[in-house]
Amino acid sequence: MMQKDIKRLSLYLLFAPFAMWITLLIILPHLGMFYISMREKVAPRVYEFGFDNYINFFNEPIYWNTLLRTGSMSLLVTVLALLLGFPIAYYIAKIAGNRTRGALFLMCLIPLWVSDLIRAFGWILLLRETGIISSSLQWAGLINTPIEFLYNDATVIVGLVYTVILFMIVPLVSTLDGMDDAMIEAGYNLGGNGPTVLRRIIIPYAMPGIVSGCIVVFMLTAGSYLTPILLGGKNSSWFTEQIYDQFITRYNWESGAAFGFVLLAFTSLVIWIGLKLSGQTLNSTVARS
Amino acid sequence: MQSTTENDLECIEIKKHFGSVRAVDDVSFDIPKGSFFSILGPSGCGKTTLMRMIAGFEQPNSGDIRIKGKSVIGTPPNRRNVKMVFQHLALFPMMNVYENIAYGLRCAGASKDVIRTKVHDVLARISLPDVANREISQLSGGQKQRIAIARCMVLDPDVLLLDEPLGALDLKLREAMKIELKLLQHQFDTTFVYITHDQSEALVMSDHVAIMDKGKFVQIGTPQELYHKPKAAFVAGFVGDTNRWAGRVTRVEDGAVEVETEAGLTMRGSVRGAGAPSVGDAVHVFVRPEFIKAEKSGADAQKIDAGHNVIEGKIDSILFNGANSRVLVRGRAGELIEADVVLTGGTEDLKPKDDVTLSWSAEQTMSFKV
Ligand SMILES: Nc1ncnc2c1ncn2[C@@H]1O[C@H](COP(=O)(O)OP(=O)(O)OP(=O)(O)O)[C@@H](O)[C@H]1O
Ligand SMILES: [Mg+2]
Repeated sequence: MMQKDIKRLSLYLLFAPFAMWITLLIILPHLGMFYISMREKVAPRVYEFGFDNYINFFNEPIYWNTLLRTGSMSLLVTVLALLLGFPIAYYIAKIAGNRTRGALFLMCLIPLWVSDLIRAFGWILLLRETGIISSSLQWAGLINTPIEFLYNDATVIVGLVYTVILFMIVPLVSTLDGMDDAMIEAGYNLGGNGPTVLRRIIIPYAMPGIVSGCIVVFMLTAGSYLTPILLGGKNSSWFTEQIYDQFITRYNWESGAAFGFVLLAFTSLVIWIGLKLSGQTLNSTVARS
Repeated sequence: MQSTTENDLECIEIKKHFGSVRAVDDVSFDIPKGSFFSILGPSGCGKTTLMRMIAGFEQPNSGDIRIKGKSVIGTPPNRRNVKMVFQHLALFPMMNVYENIAYGLRCAGASKDVIRTKVHDVLARISLPDVANREISQLSGGQKQRIAIARCMVLDPDVLLLDEPLGALDLKLREAMKIELKLLQHQFDTTFVYITHDQSEALVMSDHVAIMDKGKFVQIGTPQELYHKPKAAFVAGFVGDTNRWAGRVTRVEDGAVEVETEAGLTMRGSVRGAGAPSVGDAVHVFVRPEFIKAEKSGADAQKIDAGHNVIEGKIDSILFNGANSRVLVRGRAGELIEADVVLTGGTEDLKPKDDVTLSWSAEQTMSFKV
């Protein structure tokens, strides 16, 4: 009897920090935000409940255009991160020897030791008009006038891929690591050539890792703020910038909160479609990688 | 090189080393069409390496591999008509049984209808006609085994390689699969090359067995030859159970020697293997337990043939195992000798502490010069 109570108590104690974390940091703020997003300002300090903030969003093309643009660029970043990350992950998990594997993994982690902000400024240092790349190209005589590499979409995408690729590589390495080499050899032995083995065996096997990597990367990219702002400047038109604008510049918390929920709904929808298309469930991807 | 097409597989002086490790050292053999060939050797002797070279996953440092008389050196693995059953089977978990078997046919570009008939045909032949739509995780160990074989056999390979495929199964199933494999080989009439470190698997199933040690083939022969006429001490010790002694030659007469073991036993033996021993040479002596006759001493000490070795001893313990029962006898010199006995359950049976007389012929006392 005592034993059982003690067990239960320790379970509660162990569970308490987790429950607190979930409630205080995730559930409560979201409930609060949702409450705010449903308020309509009819006069100063007078509010009514309703969907006005959401309706506003759809009535203003600039808002949902920005959201669509953010969504499509995030998808592009996700695809690029997958295309770049897959060979790297495959090399780390299957080709590199045991010792090089650790070193390579560490090298992938190093960029995380530097803060987002510093990394973005590093990029600026390289890419601005008077930056290292522009001046060295001038010095080499390849260009005559300095070139501004910053503030265009390509730079934003490169910067974002660089920031998030690690989150693609880690789940991929862990699923590919669990794959028996004999499976690949069996693929060849039964008559498959390189592309067939990749398409019919390696990719289906790695699918849970691919999907979970893509989910994380897409979420991170769509919700990122620093990189698009710093590398893309004023015309980056990232949706998080709109949200920031509503909250801080216009001091319109109501519509800012509504935008936040629109973003959440939008990314969830994209991920749901992605899961349906790849035939995976959230459970299987999370469990496998 | 068209003259030798009778052989499905020929290996000629293959060598492979990893750094300073000689994994496969100068191995030559050929396997006639439709036979069951086993490679038997202790762990780490290079069996897997040899098989991987035949399948094309490793390149030999020198030597030639011919399949149906054609050299396959330089042919990539997916172009060799040699299929392989992996140690852990390597079935594809993301495909169901049908897709697993169809994979190879798809790679070969077969049409949908051909694939369907062939897959159902092969499933019927391994007597699992109803599992086509099962997932791999829904199969039992023995069923997985058969699917792995079917996946290869549906492609009509010239040679099927099996790398310790029974290693992952439990004992009972392993016994059943031994017989099953032999039957499957008969049914498909394809050359099987079977790798194992379990001598009973090799002896039961094979037409020919190669004994491998430290990267070299020590002897190739039928199971009977290896058991009764081993050409080297390693073979005598590795194939089948045996009593073994180390000793020195004390007398030599044509074909026979007299040996004194380290424990002080004297026995007469026949010379086997390479090199004729002379007096003073070190030898290894092997006697199989079934050739040693154990009888109660005194009772009627009769008719022991002249050429026989005779030892008096006391039974230390009895290892009862039905028809394969055995006694451990401690001789005068203190050494233990194993002998097969028949235990009927009657009062005449040997019991621990009984004094016994052991006798065996000099012919069955195989002595190899060290
Ligand atoms: N890729 C490799 N690199 C270096 N050494 C290797 C490699 N593969 C095998 N070896 C060595 O070659 C020798 C033979 O290995 P192999 O795997 O062929 O043994 P085996 O007979 O199959 O043993 P087991 O019965 O345990 O499977 C071993 O000493 C092994 O350490
Ligand atoms: Mg092996």
